[in-house]
Amino acid sequence: MRHYIWLIPLVPLAGFLINGLLYLVSHRTKGQAAHGDEEDGHGEAHAVPPVAGSHDTVHGHAAHVHIPFKSVHTAVGVGSVGIACLLAFGAIFDIGLKAFAAGASHSETLYRWFSLGVNQAVGQVPGPLKEWVVDVAFRLDALSALMLAFVTFVGFLIHVYSVGYMGHEEGYGRYFAYLNLFMFAMLVLVLGANFLMLFVGWEGVGLCSYLLIGYYYERNYAADAGKKAFVVNRIGDFGFILGIFAVFSLFGTLDFEKVFGAAAADPSSYAPYMTLVCLLLFVGACGKSAQFPLYVWLPDAMAGPTPVSALIHAATMVTAGVYMVARCNVFFRLAPEAMMVVAVVGAFTALFAATIGVAQNDIKKVLAYSTVSQLGYMFLACGVGAFTEGMFHVTTHSFFKACLFLGSGSVIHALAGEQDIRRMGGLASKIPTTYRTFLIATLTISGVPFLAAFFSKDAIKAAVYHAEFAPIPWLPKVLYAVALFTAGLTAFYMFRLLALTFWGHFRGGTEAEKDIHESPKTMTIPLIVLAFLSVVSGYVGVPILEGGNKIGEFLKPLRMPIAGRQEAAHHAPISVELALMGAAVAVAAVGIYLAWSWYAKGEGRVPALLVQRWPGVYRAVENKYFVDEAYDKVFVRGLALGGGNLLWEVDATVVDLIPNGAAAVTKGFSWVASFFDQYVVDGLVNGLADTLAALCGVFRKAQTGRVQNYALVMGGGLFCLVAVYLLFR
Amino acid sequence: MTITINHYLIVSLLLFGIGFFGVLVRRNVLTVLMSIELMLNAVNLNLVAFSRRLSDLTGQVFSVFVITIAAGEAAIGLALTISLFRQKRTLNVEEADTMRG
Repeated sequence: MRHYIWLIPLVPLAGFLINGLLYLVSHRTKGQAAHGDEEDGHGEAHAVPPVAGSHDTVHGHAAHVHIPFKSVHTAVGVGSVGIACLLAFGAIFDIGLKAFAAGASHSETLYRWFSLGVNQAVGQVPGPLKEWVVDVAFRLDALSALMLAFVTFVGFLIHVYSVGYMGHEEGYGRYFAYLNLFMFAMLVLVLGANFLMLFVGWEGVGLCSYLLIGYYYERNYAADAGKKAFVVNRIGDFGFILGIFAVFSLFGTLDFEKVFGAAAADPSSYAPYMTLVCLLLFVGACGKSAQFPLYVWLPDAMAGPTPVSALIHAATMVTAGVYMVARCNVFFRLAPEAMMVVAVVGAFTALFAATIGVAQNDIKKVLAYSTVSQLGYMFLACGVGAFTEGMFHVTTHSFFKACLFLGSGSVIHALAGEQDIRRMGGLASKIPTTYRTFLIATLTISGVPFLAAFFSKDAIKAAVYHAEFAPIPWLPKVLYAVALFTAGLTAFYMFRLLALTFWGHFRGGTEAEKDIHESPKTMTIPLIVLAFLSVVSGYVGVPILEGGNKIGEFLKPLRMPIAGRQEAAHHAPISVELALMGAAVAVAAVGIYLAWSWYAKGEGRVPALLVQRWPGVYRAVENKYFVDEAYDKVFVRGLALGGGNLLWEVDATVVDLIPNGAAAVTKGFSWVASFFDQYVVDGLVNGLADTLAALCGVFRKAQTGRVQNYALVMGGGLFCLVAVYLLFR
Repeated sequence: MTITINHYLIVSLLLFGIGFFGVLVRRNVLTVLMSIELMLNAVNLNLVAFSRRLSDLTGQVFSVFVITIAAGEAAIGLALTISLFRQKRTLNVEEADTMRG
């Protein structure tokens, strides 16, 4: 099985090709037939899907769109990802979990992508690995096995869910084609054996993210959101690709195993460069994983269909940045300053996004900011050196956040496209399955004991608490406080969301209330599976207990030992561990209690009072601290117009004083100069030019533009050459 | 009279000469193209003749290649002719002198 890992990404790619081509073909014939008896007979291949529903999709009632080849699209779209999932698990179990934990890995090189010549060392850069080749190669080790497992499995569940959710959409085939393409790119990203393969997948998922955010391309906000995501990601990718260049020029190869092996074996010669490399790579991670200040695209990305938000913008793609940082942990451990930047950015993003999440009224926006916040957590973990804990949280997060997003999709489906939680409420009894799974996932993300995120978040917080930064000794404690406070905020806004959506009474009007219906089986079964996983997935990382931290053991090979460094894993006393846990539980409990008493029991009176008391604060939070507006002013408009105007003003008033004065002086000189110029210099120049022109006239005449003349000259020339040869040989 | 290689070479030379002359003096693009074909075939004849004389099949293989390329050349030449006719409404090569210096 392990020899077929290259098939894992290729199967979804085949699915993409089949679905895409079938959609194009069926759409063209259908378009012509439909336009035949319509007035606006523009024969475009892409007919515009029907626009209805306030936000997301046309759901449930009435919308019976005929979808050609629907069953084929379903079979290919879901089937290809299912096969990929089976292949993935087959390959993982073929090598064996124990072997992975012992450091086993398997690489498959398909072919040599390119080579740049041999041994052309650049300057004085150290390193013996000047290969200058890049292979198309896949690699399965502990880290990629973990990513592979949950990416394919969650991806498969979300494909199944999409069958129900997108069932009434005219762009069904297009949707599945994009989704399969995404799976292909994501699997290349995860399985790539070198930085360039990682980058190929990285860009591929970015493209699919753009395509799927703009799935409802006929609506301006969706198209704009897609463009925003693309542009903001380009900023990150710019840093990332510079980082890759730096790695290539330092090591002369991009292969993970060789690069990290070289860096770990000879830390003293590489360490000076690593801060720069790590910061550049982290810029890329910031873009893809929505960290401050490049997080702005993720909330807007909610314009895409909800399963897309679940798959790409919560469970898989946005964790690529964390994966990349964890993958490069050898580099980061050689660059403590860069680690500090990662930790601070992560902690700040976690807190910042969580505060915004408190005041959002769109069900998906709350979840989006929650995702940004949780990603901040993961980076915080990586920043303090707890890479395995970060990956643990990536895994559990992918389950419970996918469950939450799919649950929100089910709510939106039930309410025929409504996304505003102010017009929801009391849905618990109407859509019980959705409610139960959403409740479980909410309890999980809030950090309720013995559910998944309790273990993974606790592991991160413990690691932050025990972290050591030599330059700033008090920093870890501050970061710990931020993480703890964020955990409380998370519990608060998630229960606020739960209370406003499912508890109390329905606020959307009686008309809408009649139509509320539970989602079909294809949607509820993935929800149940994900809810189950978000309960049990934490038990692979139980702290304190002997041998409880299985995931830590599993990912141990990730932490390649660096030569000449002792990194003793310190075991904090159990009492400290328990105290940290107690603090986390207490904070979560406070958050849950506040949300419950304010929004469920108090029916929102306390928040209303708070808003009255501090309207400015509320407005700032509700409007996401005006970051988007600031970006618009400074970067978009500022650079386009304002910056230009400002520079012009400065130019006209300040700068011009100097030239005006200088001009008068220059004028005097220039009169003299012009005299000399006109008669002496020009005379020379023109004379030369005229001479040349006269000479050129002769050669110009030869260029007649007639082929036959040229042929004659060629023939004549050949004749002369042969004649000379024959005469003088 | 036995036919020696000289006979072939003379025929080949005559063909080539006629072809070259045609290329130089004819104004109609089609005729020029046909003349080029004539030249190519003269070359083929030459190749085959030497191949037989030297008992080396390379020449014959080569001439097969030349025939193939000639087919491609004819196709492209005719395509160019059509596009020239569309542009200029004439097949006179002397009209097509836009590259004049």
